[in-house]
This record gives sequence, C-alpha cells and structure tokens, in this order.
Amino acid sequence: MAAAAAGPGPGSGPGDSPEGPEAEAPERRRKAHGMLKLYYGLSEGETAGRPPGSDPLDPTDLNGAHFDPEVYLDKLRRECPLAQLMDSETDMVRQIRALDSDMQTLVYENYNKFISATDTIRKMKNDFRKMEDEMDRLATNMAVITDFSARISATLQDRHERITKLAGVHALLRKLQFLFELPSRLTKCVELGAYGQAVRYQGRARAVLQQYQHLPSFRAIQDDCQVITARLAQQLRQRFREGGSGAPEQAECVELLLALGEPAEELCDEFLAHARGRLEAELRSLEAELGPSPPAPDVLEFTDHGGSGFVGGLCQVASAYQELFAAQGPAGAEKLAAFARELGGRYFALVERRLAQEQGSGDNSLLVRALDRFHRRLRAPGALLAAAGLAEAATEIVERVARERLGHHLQGLRAAFLGCLTDVRQALAAPRLAGKEGPGLAELLANVASSILSHIKASLAAVHLFTAKEVSFSNKPYFRGEFCSQGVREGLIVGFIRSMCQTAQSFCDSPGEKGGATPPALLLLLSRLCLDYETATVSYVLTLTDEQFLVQDQSPVTPVSTLCAEARETARRLLTHYVKVQGLVISQMLRKSVETRDWLSTLEPRNVRAVMKRVVEDTTAIDVQVGLLYEEGVRKAQSSDSSKRTFSVYSSSRQQGRYAPSYTPSAPMDTNLLSNIQKLFSERIDVFSPVEFNKVSVLTGIIKISLKTLLECVRLRTFGRFGLQQVQVDCHFLQLYLWRFVADEELVHLLLDEVVASAALRCPDPVPMEPSVVEVICERG
Amino acid sequence: MEDDAPVIYGLEFQIHIIDFDDENNMINKNVLLHQVGEIWHISTSPADGGVLATCYNKPSDSKVLTCATVWRMPKELEPGSHESPDDSSSTAHTLELLCHLDNTAHGSMACVTWEPTGDGKKVISLADNHILLWDLQESSSQAVLASSASLEGKGQLKFTSGRWSPHHTGTQVATANDTTIRGWDTRSMSQIYCIENAHGQLVRDLDFNPNRQYYLASCGDDCKVKFWDTRNVTEPVKTLEEHSHWVWNVRYNHSHDQLVLTGSSDSRVILSNMVSISSEPFGHLVDDDDLSDQEERRPEEKSQEPPQDSVIATYEEHEDSVYAVDWSSADPWLFASLSYDGRLVINRVPRALKYHILL
Repeated sequence: MAAAAAGPGPGSGPGDSPEGPEAEAPERRRKAHGMLKLYYGLSEGETAGRPPGSDPLDPTDLNGAHFDPEVYLDKLRRECPLAQLMDSETDMVRQIRALDSDMQTLVYENYNKFISATDTIRKMKNDFRKMEDEMDRLATNMAVITDFSARISATLQDRHERITKLAGVHALLRKLQFLFELPSRLTKCVELGAYGQAVRYQGRARAVLQQYQHLPSFRAIQDDCQVITARLAQQLRQRFREGGSGAPEQAECVELLLALGEPAEELCDEFLAHARGRLEAELRSLEAELGPSPPAPDVLEFTDHGGSGFVGGLCQVASAYQELFAAQGPAGAEKLAAFARELGGRYFALVERRLAQEQGSGDNSLLVRALDRFHRRLRAPGALLAAAGLAEAATEIVERVARERLGHHLQGLRAAFLGCLTDVRQALAAPRLAGKEGPGLAELLANVASSILSHIKASLAAVHLFTAKEVSFSNKPYFRGEFCSQGVREGLIVGFIRSMCQTAQSFCDSPGEKGGATPPALLLLLSRLCLDYETATVSYVLTLTDEQFLVQDQSPVTPVSTLCAEARETARRLLTHYVKVQGLVISQMLRKSVETRDWLSTLEPRNVRAVMKRVVEDTTAIDVQVGLLYEEGVRKAQSSDSSKRTFSVYSSSRQQGRYAPSYTPSAPMDTNLLSNIQKLFSERIDVFSPVEFNKVSVLTGIIKISLKTLLECVRLRTFGRFGLQQVQVDCHFLQLYLWRFVADEELVHLLLDEVVASAALRCPDPVPMEPSVVEVICERG
Repeated sequence: MEDDAPVIYGLEFQIHIIDFDDENNMINKNVLLHQVGEIWHISTSPADGGVLATCYNKPSDSKVLTCATVWRMPKELEPGSHESPDDSSSTAHTLELLCHLDNTAHGSMACVTWEPTGDGKKVISLADNHILLWDLQESSSQAVLASSASLEGKGQLKFTSGRWSPHHTGTQVATANDTTIRGWDTRSMSQIYCIENAHGQLVRDLDFNPNRQYYLASCGDDCKVKFWDTRNVTEPVKTLEEHSHWVWNVRYNHSHDQLVLTGSSDSRVILSNMVSISSEPFGHLVDDDDLSDQEERRPEEKSQEPPQDSVIATYEEHEDSVYAVDWSSADPWLFASLSYDGRLVINRVPRALKYHILL
C-alpha cells in the first residue's frame, strides 16, 4: 500500500518528457502533476504550476476542477476563427493521445512493484519465527544463572561479616597503639626539639583522649600527655621569652603555642610585649644618635637608619601578627593598631627632634631627600596598619616640616633684606667719612634690588624641591594645593613683600627727631625700590612663583594688584616722609636763623645772609640726590627756559610793587583787604601734602615746608626797618634760586610775598628797600 | 548762664570784647585800649570776670622785652553785666592797671596762667626758663613772688606754654619747652613728670582734660595732637594727625571732654570727638544699668556699634593761619577761632552731635 502511494511520483516524470517542443515540456509536466494532485485531493494552493491569474473556478479551464465542456466549446466557437478552432482541435486530439499513453505506462510499472513487495513480506515472516525460538532458550539459561548466584552469596555471607569486624579491630588497635606510644613519642620529640612534630601529634590525639577520659587507661595516657604538653609549652615559651632568636622564629613559637591551645589573648599580649622590647631597642639606638654628645649623623643617614631599623621591624611584627592572630578579629587588630600607634608616635617624636635640629641649616635638598625616605618607608606599614594612621602622621610631619621650612625661608629673606639695608646705610655713611663720592644711589638701588631678587629666587628654588616629581609626598593634596598657594605664594612671597613694605614703612613711623637716625637717602632709595616693586618686580616675582608651582588650589590668593597697591602706598609714604625729613632740616635752619637774630637792631643789609645761601645749596644737593632716582616730572608750563630768569626778576619787582602800599602804616586795613582778596583767588596751599613720584614734586614739597616755616617764624618776631630790609633781600635771593626746583613757581612767589608782607606787618617802621638795590645785593651775593 | 557768650581777644594795642547774642544772632564789640604794647598772650581770672592778665611787648629802642600785667576792665563791660550801654562799641575804654608782674630779673614772659579753682589770687607766669608763682594781694593790687623754679640745661631753654591743672586742688602745672612737656608741683616747685620728645618738634600748646585728672592734651609743630596719661608718659594714649601744618592750639570742651578743638596754621579748625578717652562712658555703663531689669533688650544694644573717635567737622572759614581757638565759658556748644588776618569765627557744635551727646 505504501508502494502504491510512492510509485506514481517518480514514475510519471520521464514518461512524458520526450513529447512536444522544448518550450512546452515543463508546462506539460506541470499539467500532468496538477491532474494527479487533483486526483489525490491535494489542496488547490499547493498546485504551484497553475498559470497565474487563472481562476480555479473558471469553467473554461481545461485543467480546472470545474471544467464545463459545453461552456468551453461555446467559448471557443464564439471567440475563435476557424483556423484557430482547427488548431485547437488537433491540439486537443494530440493531448488526449498523450494522456492515454501515460496512463498505460503508469499502470504497468506499479503492477511490478506490488508483486515484489508481496515476496518480501513472505520472507520476513519466516525469519521471525526462528528468532522466537532462540529467545526462549536464552530465558531458560538466565534463570539457571540467577539460581546459582543466589546460592553462592548465601554461602559467603558469614565470612564477609567476620572480615569487616577484623578490619575494624585492626584500625582501632593501631590507634590505641599510637595513643599508648604517644607519651614516649612526645617525650622523644621534645628531647629532639622537633616541637612542630610534637604539636602535630598532640593535636591528633587530643580529641580522642578528651572523649575517652573516663576510662582509666586513657586517663593515664591523657595525664601523661598533658604533663608532656605542659613541658612542651613551657619550653616553647621559654624559647619565646628568650627572645634572642629573630622575629620569624618567635612567630613560629607563637604559632605552635597557639596550636597547643594556649590562650590567644595572652599570647597576643606577650608577642606584642616582645616586639615592643625589640623596637624600643631600635628607638633607643636612634635616640642615642640624636644625643648631643656624639656628633649627630646627617639627617639622611638618620632617617635611613630609622627606616630600616624601626620601620622594618614594625613591618615584620605587623605582618607576623596579622598572620598569627587573624582569628582574633577586630579586637586583635585594634590591639596591634594601638601598639603601632604608640611606638610610631615615639618614633615620630624622635624624627621630629632630629628634623628640628635641621631647621637651622640651609641645605634643603638633603632634608627633602631625608623626608622622602622617611615618608616612603612609612607607606608600607601604613598600608599594613591602616588603622594606626601612621602614613597620615608621617604625611603630617612632612607637611609640618615643609611649613617650618617656609617660615625659615621667610625669615631668611627678611634677614637678607635687613642685611641689604645695613649695607646701604654703611655705603651711605662711608663717603661722608672719606670725603668723596661713594657708589651712586642708583647703583646702590640696583645692588639692593638684584640681591633681594636673587635671594627670592634662591628661596623659591629651595622650596621647589618639596614639589619635585620624584619625591614620594609631592602628590599629596597638601603639596599639590595648599603648599603651593597658601604656603609658597601667600606665606613666602606675598609675606615677604608685605614684610618688606612694613619694614620700609617703619622708617616713616619713627618719631620726629629720632627719625633723623634714618639717613634721608635711605628713605629715598627705599621709596624708589618700592615703586619699582609696584611697577614690575611684584608681578614678575608672582608670575615666576605661579609658573614654578602651578598653583591649582582654589583658595583665594592675594591678587597682584593689591600687592602693587601696598607697595605703591609704601613708596608714597616713604617719599612723603623723605620730604618731611628734608623739609624739617631746612626748616630748622631757617627757624634758628630767624629766632636767634635780633631783628630790631640789625644794620642795613649789605649781603644775603649765609643761611639763605646754605638753604639754596642744600636744596640743590637734595635736587641732585632725588634726580639720581626719580624722573624730572612735569612743571607747570609758564615760560620758556631762556626767559625764566628775567621773568622771575620782573615778577619779583612787580610783586614788590603790589605790597608797597602796606609799608605805609596809614592804610593797614587796605593791606589786609588786599591780601585777603588775593588769597581768595589763590588756592590754599597744603603744606604737608602727599607728593608724587617725581623730582619736581618732591622738591616742591620740601620748599613748601621750608618757606611756610619761615613765614610762621617771621610772624613771631618784631622787625626793625633794616630787619625788614634784610628779610626782603633774603626772600628775593630765595626767589632767584628756588623757582627752578618747583612745579609751579607761582607758589614760591606767593609764599615769599607772604613772608615779606608779614615782616612788614611786624615792623613798626616799615620802609622797604628799593627793588633795584635788592637785586644788586642778591646778584652780588 | 545766659545765652550771651563773651569772647575776648587781643589785637595790637587793643582788646576787643565781643558779645555774641545767641538769641538774636548778633555780635556786639567793645574796645579796650591797651597802650603799653602789643599783646602776645591774654588770660582771664577764673574768679573775677573783670580781671585779666596780658603779656605784651614793651616797645623799646633796641630790645623787645615781653612783660606781664594784671588789669581790671571797666565795670560796665564785665561779662554778665547787662547794663552795658548799647553805644559802647563806638567809644574806647581804658583798662585799670592792677599790678605789674615784675620780670626784670627773669626775662620775657611767655604766658600767664591763673589758678583755676581758687579765689583768683594765684598766678603762674613763664619767663624764659623760669616758672614763677605770684601771690596777688590786696585785691590784686600787688603781686608778690611766692616761689619760683628754673630749668637748667645746655642751650637756651625757653618755656613756650603752660597750663594750670584744675585737678589735685590746684597743685599741678604743666609747661612746655621745645619738644618736652613737664609737670610741676606748685607747693614745692619741683618737677613731677617729664615727657621727653612729646612731639617731634616744638610743643605749642597744652590743655588738661577738665574731668579726667591725669589726661593732658598737647599739640605742636609736627602737625600732631597727642593725648597723654601723666601717670605713664612713655607713650601717648592717642595721637591725632589731621592737620597739615603746625597745630597752635588745643582745647578741651569745659563740660563734654570728648569734644576737642584744634587750630592750626594750615588755616583749619578741627573739632574732634575723642569718645574713647573721654570721661563719659560709651556703651558699658549703660549696659550694666540695664542688666537687671531689661535683659531682653541687651542684644540690640550690643549690636549698636560703640561710637568711634572721629573728626566731627573741619572749619575752613579762615584764609590764613589760625592762632587761637577757645570754647565759650557760657555755652558749651559754642566756640571761636581767630586767624592771622584778624578774622574771628564763631561756630556751634553740629546739632546732631549735640543731641547725640545729650540724649
């Protein structure tokens, strides 16, 4: 039946292929397939050969299921011409013929196959019968074997049980033998010093003995064992206590003792106590190095020694402890941490003492290297003993030392600055003794500036070692941030510049007359120095610092502008003070000259008084001095240089004309009125006003102070006729020579006019001198 | 006292008495002739308003000698006497000479200062390097030199100014010579303290705090005003540096000693409020009083900042150096200043400050 189903598929294929032209062959095959499928009831959808678009229900489809011959014929007849009809008729006939032959072939082939299938089935039936017989035989044999096997095992059962029992007894006996031999073995082990072996034996036997201790014999063994074990433990402890042997051996002892069940707590303490003893010895040797009597080794050696001796020892102890007493849990770790903290603290104290000795020295590189070693050594135990915080403490120490170094350098810079000042003082004092010109102020200034700058650079370079890449602590946050910004930039550089300003300012604050101790030239020089700082040096130094130290810290830093402002303020104060001091010198001269003279009974003036010449000389000297350091500055443009002299002469005579009426006592009110009106239109003169940074302003300040003093002194005196004339001459002389120093010569005129007018007011017999005579006297003088 | 506040100042050969009527804002001037010479210093007796002493230059041919004389002004011009005739400004009065302080042996008189609390019978005058204590007897008609002391030292020592302390029952006098301030005991005429280099330059004037017995103010040519505690003279208690030229005068207000007036040759008068060293407490005592009953108010009082020492006002009315300033003895809020050009300016303490001090 199965053959029938399989048969027609392959069989039908080659049968119809030779017919028709090449193009038609596949189509024909498909048609044949389609018909077969239709026959076997395969679904319509699977007939892939159907021409696309044809309706399966189309009654005109020759191959369709719903073919209606009438309709088809109708259609043909209606649609086709005769020729086509003829063609389709022949075509149809040919197809029918082909189909007939196909059917015949199919039937023939399938018939053969049915016959051979029937033969095969018959053969199979015979074979199966033979097999059945053999299977029966096998079943009987198996039954026999089962029977035999059951009988054998029944026979052997008894003996097997006995063998098992005997084996058990044998094992027990061996154990017992071990136990009985245990005391002697232990003794032997102890005698041989094989403590490890002994402890292992004891460990093996302990549980059993514990279990059977109610039996007298075992009890005896146990007692023996305990005695031996006790002895063993004692010996171990002995060895442990002797302590002569190194840390690893001690660790072994402790390990054995632990295995013997000695209380861990106690061992732990004892272990630490021994370790302490050793480490303390290290510390003592360190302390001995520190001692004052032998010359202390250099700091690098010291830290090396400490690192290898103490820190190494501490490391060993810590690692051994952690291995041995890991079971102790947090309490044990805490104990170790406390131990490390305490000893570490003592070590740090020693290191700090040593480092403190180092504070005075100037060599930074050695110190930094020593600190580096110190810090590096402590990082290993730091990782091991995180709880003890040794690494943090070490970092702290390093930081502290760094801070102290910064302080030291700041001190050094200050001292250098003060040293510079002393040098300048000496240089300023020296030429006066020698009576010839020493180094010029400008040169001195350059010396001071360059020496301070080189000191700053040296300090920066020294401090920079702390942040070098290869130094182990340079990547700590402190050294990356705070050290650079707060320490170096703020503490060292800004601090120094500030303290420099303060030192300079302190010269201004020295009270009055005692301020004379500071040579005025020094004030001038410092003022110029500060001004230079304001314009260039401050920003240069700070930029240098920022570049070298790559300040990353966010904390606020002093901006350059603030510092510059401070430097400028200092320069201004110094210069103002210089003006005051110099003004005071000249004022004192003028005051003495006015106060000590008897103005009522002087003779007719023939000469300019010497003191006035002295004033002009001094002013010229000051002018030269200031000119060395400060620029000329701007004058109020009034007239060209060529006409100045004549102008001043002219103006003086003109002004004499102006106060001429005041000499007649008949009209004092008019004078007052005149001078008041004049004052209304002239600006108020601020005598001790701040000065600007140029020569003219400085000289103007000094001259203002001097002339105002002259004015006030004149007002306190009473003048005779010739006294007044002398004042007149003096003032004219001053006018001739002082105008060139000041910014606004009108100022000199005003003040001198005031002086003469005041003298006239203070004169009971005011008869002025002829201006021409005054001029002649002045020109002669 | 009435609102009338007489101010006396000297001009060459004349003494002008200026009456300032506060209510009508009117100024009334009386002129007293002082024929003997130009006046350099003038001071009135604290006991008798009609008595005053002047130091004046005696005109002579070759030498200028400064003498001192005690005068009495005419009755009708005495402060407080309201019967003074309205037309008095037109006529010049003359002073009645009481006595002459004989200084022929001692040199020029620099200043005369009266005993502040007594009956106006004791006067101290400073002549060159001598300090002279006079007793005025028989209603001031005779002056007897009671005791004297003199400075010894190298150079020409010369007193410039002196002040009689109102404290210690009038036994202390302070003097200034050059840069040094000295304190004297009038009973023994011996020095009790000495402030060397009190100022960088000449000391021009002194004044005692009227309420704090050890406090002394000084001013000088270094443009500074300094406040001293005479018990510890190594350092000034406070230093003011507001003027730009010599300070010629310093005066404590008679009733409110935080108000200090200074006049300088930079033509300015400066009124300062020196709260921190005044006798009036600032802040503390008020708090202590309130502690018991009003504790809840304390925080806000604390938050009020204590008043600071400060310059209250700078008066720039003068065109030339100011040589004298003083407070009115009648009205504590009134003061006058006098400058070289003869201008007298009368000012009041700012109203806001007055109420702040009073309330």
